[in-house]
Amino acid sequence: MTVIARFEVRHSQFLDEHGEIAAPLPEFARDPQNLIALYRWMVLMRAYDAKAIALQRTGQLGTFASLLGQEAVNAGVGSAMAEDDVFLMTYRENGVQMMRGVTIKELFLYWGGDERGSAFLTPRRDFPICITIAAHVTHAVGAAYAMKLRREPRVAVCALGDGATSKGDFHEGLNAAGAWTLPVVFVVTNNQWAISVPRGTQSAARTLAQKAIAAGIEGLQVDGNDVIAVRHAMDQALAKARGGGGPTLIEALTYRLSDHTTADDATRYRNPDEVAEAWKNEPLQRLRTHLTACGAWDKGKEDALLKHCNEKVQAAAQAYLDIPAPAPEQIFDHLYATLPAALQKQRAEALGE
Amino acid sequence: MAQITLVEAVNLALKREMGNDPSVVVLGQDVGIDGGVFRATLGLIERFGRERVIDTPLAEALIAGMSIGMAVEGLKPVAEIQFAGFAYTTLDQMLNHAGRMRHRTQGRLSCPMVLRTPCGAGIHAPEHHSESPEAMFAQIPGIRVVYPSSPRRAYGLLLAAIRDPDPVVFLEPTRLYRLFKEEVEDDGNAFALDTCFTVRDGTDVTLVSWGAMVHDTLAAADDLIEQGIAAEVIDVATLKPLDMDTILASVARTGRCVIVSEAARTCSFASEIAASLAEEGLLTLLAPVQRITGYDVVVPLPRLEKHYLPSKRRIIGAAKKALEFS
Repeated sequence: MTVIARFEVRHSQFLDEHGEIAAPLPEFARDPQNLIALYRWMVLMRAYDAKAIALQRTGQLGTFASLLGQEAVNAGVGSAMAEDDVFLMTYRENGVQMMRGVTIKELFLYWGGDERGSAFLTPRRDFPICITIAAHVTHAVGAAYAMKLRREPRVAVCALGDGATSKGDFHEGLNAAGAWTLPVVFVVTNNQWAISVPRGTQSAARTLAQKAIAAGIEGLQVDGNDVIAVRHAMDQALAKARGGGGPTLIEALTYRLSDHTTADDATRYRNPDEVAEAWKNEPLQRLRTHLTACGAWDKGKEDALLKHCNEKVQAAAQAYLDIPAPAPEQIFDHLYATLPAALQKQRAEALGE
Repeated sequence: MAQITLVEAVNLALKREMGNDPSVVVLGQDVGIDGGVFRATLGLIERFGRERVIDTPLAEALIAGMSIGMAVEGLKPVAEIQFAGFAYTTLDQMLNHAGRMRHRTQGRLSCPMVLRTPCGAGIHAPEHHSESPEAMFAQIPGIRVVYPSSPRRAYGLLLAAIRDPDPVVFLEPTRLYRLFKEEVEDDGNAFALDTCFTVRDGTDVTLVSWGAMVHDTLAAADDLIEQGIAAEVIDVATLKPLDMDTILASVARTGRCVIVSEAARTCSFASEIAASLAEEGLLTLLAPVQRITGYDVVVPLPRLEKHYLPSKRRIIGAAKKALEFS
């Protein structure tokens, strides 16, 4: 017998869980100002997350999926993408969305059960949040195909979770992206839990990154709590895709510190010791430790930032709460470019209520 | 003007629109080099190249899903699913995404795609090659469902489907692909996507059908006229949105209606039309509305499929029964 193929999956980390430099920093990370910019976004995400949960708990927001613990993945992805790239997301990427121009008010509007939350004008061509798991992997393939056909130096970035890698749409999409060398980057946020099913139970694969290898595309793993590692992997994958080098899958290892959503109670299935352990590894304090060690950050700056972020999300929440519910006929508007006559009767029926 | 078959009319419309509009792309299994398993896409790859005529991997959910991605990004994809029986995995994409994209984003994005699939029984095909799932698609908000029954209507309706700014499911009656020819002028004129076609005038009974069964319904009408019964035949053609006005106006004249469809009866599109007649046309009816449909069974394999498809005899019998009421 002859070995005809051999594969390896590389893991990268620049800042370890103690905030110590584990590998020579990439160029962008040598300037603390760049890292401070990322840190400011991550703190804003956390403030937003806490406000969203508070709104939900007080009956002012619908079911909300927290991104607590996943701020570094969000910031790494959001900061690396170009404005005219296209982002296809699931429901735990609100951080990327806000970095790309979606307002916090619009995000609250979305979770508040209002379609106008997906009508954001910036970024105009980003897809709406995809709730059905992995369906949007195939959308990303189509979007990337269009970009390649038109010879545009744009990239489709598709964010999904560990649970999505068990689905057929994921494999169908990856396979096609590889076959056509499409400009697409898949970011698998492996937060270790598909609601109540832990990563080890979901798949016998040693890594989720290796699922890309079967599709003939590069799969790599990064420490998803190290924003530098996420950003660096994204920079490289985006440059490769833009240059015609085809797709990449990045598995970002992180941890879902929250319940699956506000409708979930993770204590039913998750050991609190595991969560406590994961908190020691969360992404904000790691970056803060590094920035403090660089002399670029201190308690005064931290307090000012927290105050700023809390005021910002508070103002956004108030702006969201001040928006009246849409008119009833909105349920018919935009269903078709022109509402068919058959539906106009139903619209009139709804208006007569 | 050329005499062409229905599948040639599909091909003609695809060629026409790919030539008109560089954003139109064709994708699916074997649509390129092979020209499609029914040759509906024959010659497209030679004329428009492999970037616009895309042989996809064997993955129906991908075909539907990537069409959505393409459409949102500004292309006009026309996807082919080889048989309607393989189209069920596309329901998720059509229902959860294609039909919702415009509304979900309040008009920020849209999804102008066409999902074509050969449809229906009567060609002695293997299992899963004979289904007629129009009612499942017609349930989906935000999409259109079209089911032509002649070469000319296939041409005009497919052009309309491709040009439509919203997703369209385009069901092609496999049994009619090569059954007869019709003169089709390649004039680029599209038909409206919300209008039934009255394909035969009559005063005694209205026969409503779509897809391949229109052909059998017309044959039944031929026999009926010899027996002194003038049947009006309506080809619904666009099931969603449904032009109920044309059907109601006809039934108001005839007072009688038989709905002919090869799909299974329960929760069928025939049931939808019958329900609308009951709601809006009851006072014009002289006889109960009848549904002559496929039975609520698995579409049989070829040896028994003729017992499944509504026969001319059943259609004639229903029309005569309707005339027993006065």
